[in-house]
Amino acid sequence: MSSNGIRDKVAVVGMGCTSFGEHWERSADDLLIDATQECFAGAPALTAEDVDAYWLGTLGSGQSGLTLSRPLALDHKPVTRVENYCATGSEAFRNACYAVASGAYDRVMAVGVEKLKDSGFSGLLRSDPPGDGTAPELSLTAPAAFSLLDPAYCARYGVDPAAMREAMTHVAWKNHANGARNPKAQFRSVVAKETIERAPLVAGRLGVFDCSGVSDGAACALIVRAEDALRYTDRPMYVKGLSLVAGAVRGAMDPGYDYTTFPEVVHAAADAYRQAGVTDPGTQISLAEVHDCFTPTEVVLMEDLGFAERGQAWKDVLDGAFELDGRLPVNPDGGLKSFGHPVGASGLRMLYECWLQFRGEAGERQLTDPRLGLTHNLGGRPGGCVSFVSVVGPDPG
Amino acid sequence: MTTTLTRSPYGIVSYATYLPRHRVMRDELGTALGVRAGRGARVAASFDEDSTTMGVEAARRLRPAPPAPSSLYFATTSPAYLDKTNACALHAALGLPRDTFAADLAGSARSGIAALRSAGLDGGLAVLSDVRTGRPGSADERDGGDGAAAFLFGAADAAVAEILAHTSATAEFLDRWRTPGSPSGEQWEERFGLERYLPLIEDTAQRALKAAGTGQPDHVLLVSPNAAVRKRAPKVFPARLSASGSPLGYSGAADAGLALADVLDRAGADETILLLSAADGCDALLLRTTDRLPSARQHDSLARQLAEGRPVPYPTYLTWRGWLEREPPRRPEPDRPAGPPSARGEGWKFGFTGSRCESCGFVHLPPARVCKDCGAVDAMAAVPLAGTTGTVATYTVDRLAHSPSPPLIDAVVDFDGGGRCTLEIADTVADELDVGVRVEPVFRRLHTAGGVHNYFWKARTTAGTTARATAGSKASAAADTSEREGTA
Repeated sequence: MSSNGIRDKVAVVGMGCTSFGEHWERSADDLLIDATQECFAGAPALTAEDVDAYWLGTLGSGQSGLTLSRPLALDHKPVTRVENYCATGSEAFRNACYAVASGAYDRVMAVGVEKLKDSGFSGLLRSDPPGDGTAPELSLTAPAAFSLLDPAYCARYGVDPAAMREAMTHVAWKNHANGARNPKAQFRSVVAKETIERAPLVAGRLGVFDCSGVSDGAACALIVRAEDALRYTDRPMYVKGLSLVAGAVRGAMDPGYDYTTFPEVVHAAADAYRQAGVTDPGTQISLAEVHDCFTPTEVVLMEDLGFAERGQAWKDVLDGAFELDGRLPVNPDGGLKSFGHPVGASGLRMLYECWLQFRGEAGERQLTDPRLGLTHNLGGRPGGCVSFVSVVGPDPG
Repeated sequence: MTTTLTRSPYGIVSYATYLPRHRVMRDELGTALGVRAGRGARVAASFDEDSTTMGVEAARRLRPAPPAPSSLYFATTSPAYLDKTNACALHAALGLPRDTFAADLAGSARSGIAALRSAGLDGGLAVLSDVRTGRPGSADERDGGDGAAAFLFGAADAAVAEILAHTSATAEFLDRWRTPGSPSGEQWEERFGLERYLPLIEDTAQRALKAAGTGQPDHVLLVSPNAAVRKRAPKVFPARLSASGSPLGYSGAADAGLALADVLDRAGADETILLLSAADGCDALLLRTTDRLPSARQHDSLARQLAEGRPVPYPTYLTWRGWLEREPPRRPEPDRPAGPPSARGEGWKFGFTGSRCESCGFVHLPPARVCKDCGAVDAMAAVPLAGTTGTVATYTVDRLAHSPSPPLIDAVVDFDGGGRCTLEIADTVADELDVGVRVEPVFRRLHTAGGVHNYFWKARTTAGTTARATAGSKASAAADTSEREGTA
């Protein structure tokens, strides 16, 4: 796979992110307005009218660019709606970055929104085209699909299921502890490990606390040419690498696939690292915002992203390697687990944390002098998914 | 009016039966309702089974797999659809050729006889299948049974049983009836029916024996929707070796077929069987087994299937049959399957046929046009896998999923000879599953949405696996089934 990359060609000069949670009083329109208003407030040199083009990511809270242009009263702007499962927000960002890098536009905005709590159901709802009723994902829920990672990982690496349970619990505990330090997170309390382990079962060994928060929220980013960045902010965030990979959904049909890895993530990470010049992610990346949709996912991702050796991530997790004061803080903002997962907004929310950390605005969870940040999404399930990886940093070059 | 048919050019060349795995324990039923329900167990179709799926399972067990029959007759009193021919789903699941005639004979117990008679006339396949439901506490509920039987007719010189005679008597009187749409049937005072039936039974039996020129039959079978008639089964007509009734209690249109299969399981060569079905008249079918029978019996005898099985809690059974409306899962109901994609995917959805890349051998489930391994385009051969066993690669219990009987269990199955597919697990509780457990595909109804039944294949543990897994006490089996009902 080849991609030329756009390292340091574009920069983020403003971001906005609503709090995530059960916003019974706020519509998707409200969330879009609130996120973009925060963004413009932080980049006073720009107004909505100054932005040349918009990309809107939403899984199911609206269709077409009108979902954004209508509430923001944007007149005659190019507004593109994108959808790519749980990588939707990241996909809006990626396309917006490429639009600037191509020279087509100088100032663009990527916005992501999801209003999940109006459905009356917990968990994600599917919206499938008419079909023959045979696809397993029509019945098997996401937590069940991801729960397959846990026994497979134990079997492959000879990990005691009790130790794996402990590692999964540790992921949930860590991300809740991080979220407790984040005023915008959906869940803001430290959760005892005992509570996590005793939660009602959802699927396989996954309990309620092994699953990410279902929430409403929106987030956005203003993207300009790197050479223009300092006109809008004194501390821009530069895009080093962007990768998106869609799998052939081969694992679901291939007896050779063992449910202990996401090959799509491995490929997306390799591509993004190459673009960004990252050769040793474990030491070069200062913080990572990864797609912790379910706790075993985060364990496996540590290996797929090159943060841990194969078969060792569970140990590194238990050793605290990915805590705020660990060797590579993962999901310092609380992750999908406690910040919440409004699908279309999540990818941009991850970038928002990098933005805050690089600017020294992460409050109680501020890391010391972060140099490179990674964000990662995946959409789909083990056996077939889309995966996104970005590398961003506070400095060009 | 009476008719007599003799010496058909066709005989039964193969037969097979299918009984669901679940059993309602009559003592539990009695305790729950505060009535005397007797002992033993009632065979109960699972929530994902209906007359169509059980019919498919019975016909799939025919060995050797039938050469294309000229026709398929499907008999039931519990059709899954009206206005749409249920036999078409069987036709598709069995992979029969396009030019095979397929029709339903639906409505009454006599439909089963009609299927046997029709298939016997043209060398066809008769599939008799029924889910018998009755109000809680009713005789139909307590003494009924669910199951299916399939009989393939072919040239008499290849038969395991020849048809010597078939006589009928038709009479209009009110004994058993049910209005369309009603879930439970009615019964006039049993003794009225009994008095009506006895002379009809005698008449048809004598005429059959006379037409065939045989003496006292070796085996006599008497089945009937009328319970008083059924009680007379052992003595209503003299037999040389055995006289019996339905092995399940009363199983509707499948009853005559299940009784016949049961006797074929144990009869010797060159023995006569007089099958008497007293339903809205009486039909007598006189057969003679051939020396091919002992080596061509169905693989899994009815008696053995009957002896197997696991208890299903009575409240669960009531829920399956719709008598008890439970709180639904807090998930949206699934969409109904769409007509055009279901038709385009007939081979996959009904026949469980995938594709194998002719360039590299990679098996695709569902079938694909572009090979996921080597990228070859439109170089695929069809791979029917319904008869292939597989191994559980991994599995999970999904307590969130929408299921008519939660929790839903899904397994990733690797099929012998290649091919992987994620399938729902049927008739099996999580305790019996493990990585490496052997499973086989079974045809089931995943759910019904918008009035459309979503037929597809599930996997269930093979018979051997189950025997090991259920070797424990009844108590542990009961605990297993209650686990399935667990609401975490």
